[in-house]
Amino acid sequence: MNKQRTHQRKDTAFRYLALACTGLGLLVLALLLYDIFARGSGRLSWDFITHLPSRFPEKAGILTALAGMVSVMVLTMIFAFPVGIATGIYLEEYGTRNRFARILEINIANLAGVPSIIYGILGLEIFVRFCRLGNSILAGALTLALLILPVIVVSTREAIRAVPRSFREGSLAMGATQWQTIWNVVLPSAFGGIITGLILAISRAIGETAPLIVVGALVYVPFIPEGPLDQFTVLPVQIFNWISRPQAGFATNAAAAIIVLLTFTFVLNGIAVYLRHKWYKKVKH
Amino acid sequence: MYKIEAKNIHTFYGKTQVLKDISLAIRPNTVTAFIGPSGCGKSTLLRCFNRMNDLTENFRLDGLITIDGRDIYSPKIDVTLHRKKVGMVFQEPNPFPKSIFENVAYGLKVNGLRHKKFLAETVERSLRQAALWDEVKDDLSKPAMELSGGQQQRLCIARALAVEPSVILMDEPASALDPISTAKIEELIYELKKKYTILIVTHNMQQAARVSDKTAFFYMGELIEYDDTSRIFTNPKSQQTQNYITGRFG
Ligand SMILES: Nc1ncnc2c1ncn2[C@@H]1O[C@H](COP(=O)(O)OP(=O)(O)O)[C@@H](O)[C@H]1O
Ligand SMILES: [Mg+2]
Repeated sequence: MNKQRTHQRKDTAFRYLALACTGLGLLVLALLLYDIFARGSGRLSWDFITHLPSRFPEKAGILTALAGMVSVMVLTMIFAFPVGIATGIYLEEYGTRNRFARILEINIANLAGVPSIIYGILGLEIFVRFCRLGNSILAGALTLALLILPVIVVSTREAIRAVPRSFREGSLAMGATQWQTIWNVVLPSAFGGIITGLILAISRAIGETAPLIVVGALVYVPFIPEGPLDQFTVLPVQIFNWISRPQAGFATNAAAAIIVLLTFTFVLNGIAVYLRHKWYKKVKH
Repeated sequence: MYKIEAKNIHTFYGKTQVLKDISLAIRPNTVTAFIGPSGCGKSTLLRCFNRMNDLTENFRLDGLITIDGRDIYSPKIDVTLHRKKVGMVFQEPNPFPKSIFENVAYGLKVNGLRHKKFLAETVERSLRQAALWDEVKDDLSKPAMELSGGQQQRLCIARALAVEPSVILMDEPASALDPISTAKIEELIYELKKKYTILIVTHNMQQAARVSDKTAFFYMGELIEYDDTSRIFTNPKSQQTQNYITGRFG
């Protein structure tokens, strides 16, 4: 009896402690957001988004950074999505029985934990120097694709694993081949989960700064890129650049650019959450 | 003569033997019930007939199973083709997250049959055979997941019938259903027997007595008794069978 009461008390204490920690985290986040909005929201305007960079903070805009970011992201998706999804399917559906797959599997788990700057250095050596792509959008996109590949592989596998075994058995028992089963039953059911993983992966790529700086995203790009081999900059690099300037005007610009970047990330995450929710409702019996 | 013959079947999961020296022969257009306590190997045996156990790693089978006189484990057999001839209905209704129509047409489509009129006719015929047509004919595009459990199970039966198998395996098809749905499935089994050979696993003694012609009683991986259902339920040869059907163990 007494023992039970101590247990209960411990339980309550722990609950309040956890609640306090959560609250603290949220508070810090709220303060940060408040600070950024207080500084940056006044600077946000259509001009800010459509102007080229400039030496004068009040004239400078983020057009080149946005254009660079969108170009890099589109290329990153083109490289990373098909390869990542295909690898995930292979490992989950065909892989378990052979050695090659097991080695691949361990390595992918490890790769997901490698600091992003290492990918930057890898990209610099392979894409920029060895492949002679230079400080191009292509080199940046390939580097980011490598970076998010493990994330996509892992989330694809999880989505496939969440498909009830009974769907698979039902299909195979009808005389469908394994590939027909994957294509017609497993993938449609795993679709929401896979898409969620893709969105989270790309929203991670959007925020990456270090690897792009290493492969040579420039801090000052006066023109919108016109092709994949053009030089480029992206929002986080632009922000990084502005913050390191002494003028107060650039700090304001940085805050405004952060708001734009955060909006991208939040919207992408919002879509991911929505899709995940919809998908669970569909797959659950 | 015999539709299905199993001779000296031994099966193993890894080193664990699950079925021991099972032999039985089944005539066409009959219903055979497999009964016995949980874990005695009824599902394992059932899944030997459509080679679903092939999907289980470490599974091994010794012995001979023939359907229509052909050795179904012979290397010459195309497993996917074989599974089209031996339909299966599972314990939990498992329609795909697709429309009613797409569910029933699934087996045809994976066979490359895409002719619209043919698909529509086959879907209707299968749904009628599964006694579901009248309940769903107004909206075949409705998601199958929105049907009731009993309807879902009949949909799964329709799905199996669409590819025109000659044997249907049912693993406790009514155990997740309410009594009214169960009665419908039982009626259906009685109808289907005219065209198909049916093997059904059941935990429900009354159900076995109602729907089956022959009953096989299993215990710890052995076939204890296999005989006419009426005989098993009135005058079994084995004491173990007697104990089980009267509910003294199991
Ligand atoms: N995939 C599997 N791997 C290992 N053992 C299994 C597997 N499936 C079933 N078994 C074992 O085989 C025995 C028979 O199982 P099962 O055929 O499902 O029995 P039943 O359908 O009569 O309840 C059980 O002891 C079970 O634990
Ligand atoms: Mg079973």
